[in-house]
Amino acid sequence: MSLFSRWFGPRPPKEETAPVARERLQVLLAHERRKPGEPNLLGLIRDDIIAAITRHVHVGPEAVKVKVDRRKTVSTMRISLDLPT
Amino acid sequence: MSKVIVVTSGKGGVGKTTTTAALGAALALQGKSVVVVDFDIGLRNLDLVMGAERRVVYDLISVTQNQAKLHQALIRDKRMENLWLLPASQTRDKDALSEKGLTKLMKELRGQFDFIVCDSPAGIERGALMAMRHADEAVIVTNPEVSSVRDSDRIIGLLDSRTEVAEKGGRVEKHLLITRYDEARAGRGDMMKIDDVLDILLVPLLGVIPESEQVLRASNLGQPVTLASPLSAPSRAYTDAARRLMGEAVTMNVPRERHKLIAKIFGGRAA
Repeated sequence: MSLFSRWFGPRPPKEETAPVARERLQVLLAHERRKPGEPNLLGLIRDDIIAAITRHVHVGPEAVKVKVDRRKTVSTMRISLDLPT
Repeated sequence: MSKVIVVTSGKGGVGKTTTTAALGAALALQGKSVVVVDFDIGLRNLDLVMGAERRVVYDLISVTQNQAKLHQALIRDKRMENLWLLPASQTRDKDALSEKGLTKLMKELRGQFDFIVCDSPAGIERGALMAMRHADEAVIVTNPEVSSVRDSDRIIGLLDSRTEVAEKGGRVEKHLLITRYDEARAGRGDMMKIDDVLDILLVPLLGVIPESEQVLRASNLGQPVTLASPLSAPSRAYTDAARRLMGEAVTMNVPRERHKLIAKIFGGRAA
């Protein structure tokens, strides 16, 4: 890449950071909101899923992304998994 | 019927004192009798933001310890006759505030004012708990930023468990006030949007205060922003929030600075 195009060419699109903040907070607060003694449901489910997957394929825990949407009555959890091909 | 409102956040530096001053003055402009009370004992600043720092003689601690009468400690605002300040002590320890003394004081304030707006110290310790102790309603000040949102969530938990209302089985009415909001950065995806914060905290929105140089200008001058530049975007947002606290239905929007030329034509002080 020439200096000219580096300075004046189109910039690569920057990845949005706000959705990352939102997801990190939702996972963290779901954990922090539980009362003392109450199991960390989200964490337990995630760990079980990772354990089940790693029995069949070799992936690390960072390959699993958990997204939680908390609503007043129902919360949804979306799990995405990067499987090696 | 008087209302005790605590302005709280958990995290420091998000705009509690600015908000207390701005909402207090906005409520007074709406004709209510208002007292703003500084609970940040040892680190008082509401007097400075209100421009009354040289008029403090007695304070919250001297009243709760019966060293002064309430009327001796109350400072009447120089601009508005229905706006008062009860400053915090600068020299005393935060443990000097007794629960019994505070209960008696709050009862006395309820008898004199329509709105008692309590400026909480940062943190989740005794000072913050005392500020929220007698609240009927809470304004949770949050910046659209991860640490502020997390701390607000902690404060919400405390409002639901450690206030007098909560201990009697009731609920403190909670309002979320998002401050320092930058629409352009949110539009670019570099700041959480209003709905993101609302989805996470699940508290009804009281208002959105846009990031603005007017806020710092006002505190430099020792004026609540709603008095210093009443037509500026943050002031209009605070005024709308104050009217919502009074029970009015005000359409929610994020005010923007008016165009300089338009501002010049209509009153000059807007932008």
